[in-house]
Amino acid sequence: MAKLNKPPVTEAGRFNGVLTWVDQRFPLVALWKDQMSEYYAPKNFNFWYYFGSLALLVLVIQIVSGIFLTMNYKPSAQDAFASVEYIMRDVPGGWFIRYVHSTGASAFFICVYLHMARGLMYGSYRKPRELIWIFGVMIYLALMGEAFFGYLLPWGQMSYWGAQVIINLFGTVPLIGEPLAIWIRGDYNVADATLNRFFALHVIALPLVLLGLVAAHLMALHEVGSNNPDGVEIYKDIDPVSGHPRDGIPMHPYYTIKDIVGVAVFLIVFSVIVFFSPEMGGYFLEANNFIPADPLKTPEHIAPVWYFTPYYAMLRAVPPMFGSQFPGVAVMGIAVLIFFVIPWLDRGRVKSIRYRGTKYRAWFTIFVISFLILGYLGVEPTTVWGEFAKGLPVIGGDYIALWVARVLTVVYFLFFFLMPWYTAHDNEKPEPARVT
Amino acid sequence: MIKRLLAILLAAAPALAFASSGGTPLERAPIDLHDKISLQRGAQIFVNHCLNCHSASVMRYSRLQDLGLTEQQIKDNLMFTTEKVGDTMLGQMDRDVAKAAFGIVPPDLSLVGRSRGPDWLYSYFKSFYRDPNSKTGWNNTVFPNVAMPHVLWEFQGEQALQVTEKRNRNTGDVTHVSKLVLERPGSLRPVEYDEQVRDLVNYLAYMAEPAQANRKLWGILVLFFLAGFFVLTLMLKHEYWKDVR
Repeated sequence: MAKLNKPPVTEAGRFNGVLTWVDQRFPLVALWKDQMSEYYAPKNFNFWYYFGSLALLVLVIQIVSGIFLTMNYKPSAQDAFASVEYIMRDVPGGWFIRYVHSTGASAFFICVYLHMARGLMYGSYRKPRELIWIFGVMIYLALMGEAFFGYLLPWGQMSYWGAQVIINLFGTVPLIGEPLAIWIRGDYNVADATLNRFFALHVIALPLVLLGLVAAHLMALHEVGSNNPDGVEIYKDIDPVSGHPRDGIPMHPYYTIKDIVGVAVFLIVFSVIVFFSPEMGGYFLEANNFIPADPLKTPEHIAPVWYFTPYYAMLRAVPPMFGSQFPGVAVMGIAVLIFFVIPWLDRGRVKSIRYRGTKYRAWFTIFVISFLILGYLGVEPTTVWGEFAKGLPVIGGDYIALWVARVLTVVYFLFFFLMPWYTAHDNEKPEPARVT
Repeated sequence: MIKRLLAILLAAAPALAFASSGGTPLERAPIDLHDKISLQRGAQIFVNHCLNCHSASVMRYSRLQDLGLTEQQIKDNLMFTTEKVGDTMLGQMDRDVAKAAFGIVPPDLSLVGRSRGPDWLYSYFKSFYRDPNSKTGWNNTVFPNVAMPHVLWEFQGEQALQVTEKRNRNTGDVTHVSKLVLERPGSLRPVEYDEQVRDLVNYLAYMAEPAQANRKLWGILVLFFLAGFFVLTLMLKHEYWKDVR
């Protein structure tokens, strides 16, 4: 009966009674203290530390706007396109809900990419935070699936042909490829059956997976504590009087309040796009997707949405081997999955880029630039930069953009493959004893 | 380090923003979605000349009240059949008849203002020319071998494609320069025809997203609110963080 002797809540004024009643039946106060008011986070978080909480905000925005969209959307090849326009025209405020959701998809990836860049810069994946990183990469993968399934739902030309292209990638897998592609589509072509199952995966299966992974990501984070821009462990320096880290401050109210400032700035940028430029020059909503899906008419230029384009550029850069496109598909897959093993590739003695040596800084910079240029090339047709002169050996007459993508794909992988070497033999600076 | 990285990222952003575009150079469409008179004229041209073959299957007649018209005005001036004012704009042409006549079913125009864009449409309507080799007797420089004849030809008149050879003096290479010339004038002067096309494209741009004027209005309100919200949160943050050293 010891559990019934839990002391009453005394710090909530007139709500003491209610909270005591709840707390004696549910660990409300303990949860609040563990996760918020007595979770000590480093006091030196900078700009890059906003994007975790912002990604969480976007997840909530997507779920809420998604619920309202499903109330009016019809997942059938016959009605899907018209039902989206019904939302845009006849549902009160429907255009707002739709643009929030379509802008939210891109915003999610912007937040996640910046959040991942933060992790790379400050070594947030290093021991003991490997599992946080792994859960994070799994969130990234789930998000890619979520975005891919969702993109088919408006049933425009780009929805249709983008899905067609991506599913055909699975068709290149040796031996099981074709049956696998048919199994995914539920038909010989992208069709009504495909739309229906993608709807199911988009509105229930993957959101559940995402929520579970986000919970695991946060639980693991609060178990080991947050990293910071200096990469110094604040729990090594505990104030003997208070028993808390000298360089730590409670999550609530300090970071809850600070993150709300980030939320305000984010919502301003987000609203500018939603209300004034929801198509974002064709990057968030493509012109071709305002034409209903037509299985008989292939668009001239099929490109995925911007957040997939670095990998798409890699796919196109790898030439077919043994009459199969599979090598390109494998390269694309490995390019994403390789993020999982970073914690074991990095052998640096310091975590943060602030104290890393020249080699890591150079490699990281080159990696980021390669990723951005690959992203740009994935949006464009391979003809974008013209051809090499016919007379040149090996590359003569080939598209310039194709070879640039090949070189950058190699650079992308070298960043990972050479990491054990250049992180171990770098002219690192000593880490400070405490955060700066 | 971080600042330098940000600088590199920002420097790369414009490169990402410029997507290349090919084909015939397009003329900029001088449209104005606030010009209700232009939109009304455009709607009239649309129902008179486009709806015979095309549809706008997600656009309701009643929505035209956005343009400052009453339901009665819409019924009297813009509706010619037994439809109700709440119905969508369905074309009168049978699919099979259309297919036999043009080889394709004329596409739905509800969203053409977004899929093609105003500049493309504006240039397209000005680029029809007489071509004896085509099925309809018409061709178009913006949309080569288009199945649609020049529906507005009575207004614009008949253009011809004039091709001149140009020889580069130094290299001797021959390039072909083509130009559209008005051979037989229509009932409108070229300036008036441009205005007519402007009105039609203005309407098509409106119809592709009827909520857009409303959207921008809400945007201004929301941004004012968020600006205030931002200032308050910033002040709150400074108040709380005073004691963090």
